[in-house]
Amino acid sequence: MESKIRAKAAVLGNNIDTDVILPGKYLILVDPYDLAQHALAGLDEHFVDKAKGGIIIVGGKNFGCGSSREQAPLALKYSGVKCVIAESFARIFYRNSINIGLPVIECKGIHDAVKEGDELAVDLEAGKVQNLTTKNTFEATKLPPSIMEILTDGGLIENLRKRMNKK
Amino acid sequence: MNITEKILAKASGKKVVHPGEIIDANLDMVMIHDLTGPLAVEAFKKIGTPKVWDSKKVVVILDHQVPAESVKAAELHKTMREFAKTQNLKIYDVGRGGICHQVMPEQGHVKPGDVIIGADSHTCTYGAFGAFATGVGSTEAAAAMATGKIWFKVPSTIKIEVKGKFKKYITPKDLILNIIGTLSVDGAIYKAAEFAGPTIKAMTTAGRMTLCNMAVEFGAKNGIIAPDETTTEFLAGRIDKMPDTKALQSDKDAQYERTVEFDVAKLEPQIACPSSVDNVKPVSEIGDVPIEQAFIGSCTNGRLEDLRIAAQVMKGKKVKDGVRALVIPASQEVWKQANDEGLLQLFTEAGAIVCGSACGPCLGGHIGLLAAGESCVATSNRNFIGRMGSTQAKVYLASPATVAASAIAGKIVSAAEVKA
Ligand code: SF4
Repeated sequence: MESKIRAKAAVLGNNIDTDVILPGKYLILVDPYDLAQHALAGLDEHFVDKAKGGIIIVGGKNFGCGSSREQAPLALKYSGVKCVIAESFARIFYRNSINIGLPVIECKGIHDAVKEGDELAVDLEAGKVQNLTTKNTFEATKLPPSIMEILTDGGLIENLRKRMNKK
Repeated sequence: MNITEKILAKASGKKVVHPGEIIDANLDMVMIHDLTGPLAVEAFKKIGTPKVWDSKKVVVILDHQVPAESVKAAELHKTMREFAKTQNLKIYDVGRGGICHQVMPEQGHVKPGDVIIGADSHTCTYGAFGAFATGVGSTEAAAAMATGKIWFKVPSTIKIEVKGKFKKYITPKDLILNIIGTLSVDGAIYKAAEFAGPTIKAMTTAGRMTLCNMAVEFGAKNGIIAPDETTTEFLAGRIDKMPDTKALQSDKDAQYERTVEFDVAKLEPQIACPSSVDNVKPVSEIGDVPIEQAFIGSCTNGRLEDLRIAAQVMKGKKVKDGVRALVIPASQEVWKQANDEGLLQLFTEAGAIVCGSACGPCLGGHIGLLAAGESCVATSNRNFIGRMGSTQAKVYLASPATVAASAIAGKIVSAAEVKA
């Protein structure tokens, strides 16, 4: 996975919960591409079309609150979401995203500084978010090396396989 | 140190830990269920380790889509059965267990001082027994099954000090809704929530489970209550040996990020209105809200004492025409006890339907879904958009007493109103 990401922004609100990211009735789907068909189905029917080809989600506070369903970040990742930036995250969603290789980054003040469709550039390693449309730069919380490593490996399973083989 | 820090220090082989520190903890138990389990099994296979780290410490529970409501679900259940068999794991199949968070402590898989993860966000329920328990995703559960370890950031703790005696028909559910309304859905994000004070001390195990169950609804990593005689009494005969509970009390000089105080003496029945768990008001303030469905059950409020209070409210009355009332005991054990006490008969005669122990409509995956425009008052723990079916339906969360009363009245009312 690249540490630098560039795409247009889709702006969502505070407390976006996992029930709207992936409603419970789709939890029996197993294939991530099938899950992706229903990404954010509880909030925006047209999200899937918007995300195609790559998008960066900008959320408010407590992004991903609610259930532990990993299907929620999976659906986002496979629908085309390249990264989620938010004021803060619910902890299980945060860990799940890292574990499946979807970059998530906390950035205070970002929510009010980005409009739908703005072009964003994220540097995960440096902990920087740039709004290329408004030409503003924001400091984000840098990801610690252990988490960067999981993301670079493409997720926890690949990371664990590597570590276990070393032993 | 406080109880959460003490448990995490011991689990990571340290004398002391401090909030913010990242530790590697040894796990005492891992739980997976039929909706998060299949992804975990798939991930586990990809890791390439042939066996789970300790087959006595992984439990499989089928509870979400049971009995299978579709061929797809049946296939997922089959995957879980096969995995349990080849890995020699304890599995609670259809008719043998019930809702995971009820089954785990009931069947002796939870001990004070344990570190437990479950591939379900309400795993925090087991904090009611003085365990450190928290929810994770499927991939992390898979990694934990392979290694027996997990990393945590030691959380800072918010202490929730509760005093006062509940009035009649006011329950721990009203208290926790009040707490969430006060602290808001992200009030304890990344933190531990420790419940203490005389009201907690006097509270039953069932009530404590209701509090810890909803800790995740205000963002907490874990909810926790120091173990005491009530804990020992509940676990007697369920676990082999009760750990020393003295070592699990928070020290007098323990550090807390802050302490929040609540007094339940004047607490009124509370309700969380759509579509956020912190949109909490006293029932008396919401005006006329007619309902089409009332649901008593879930890992929040499907226990015997919940069914008893609901039965007390419904006794000698009928469910209002036009209302579907669903009663779902949280486990087979609860089902049998409720049956022995005649509660299930009472509900049935009142016009409610009693279903088999499972999650039911709680997550909108199986029975009891809502159509567009319908409203439901439920004892469960989430009222997000689309949680119980249509995204155009509305879910209100309340105590078993309030839900039972509302089923009778056909609109949301408190128990006192129906019993007056
Ligand atoms: S009863 Fe509801 S909240 Fe509890 S485990 Fe089942 S689906 Fe989750």
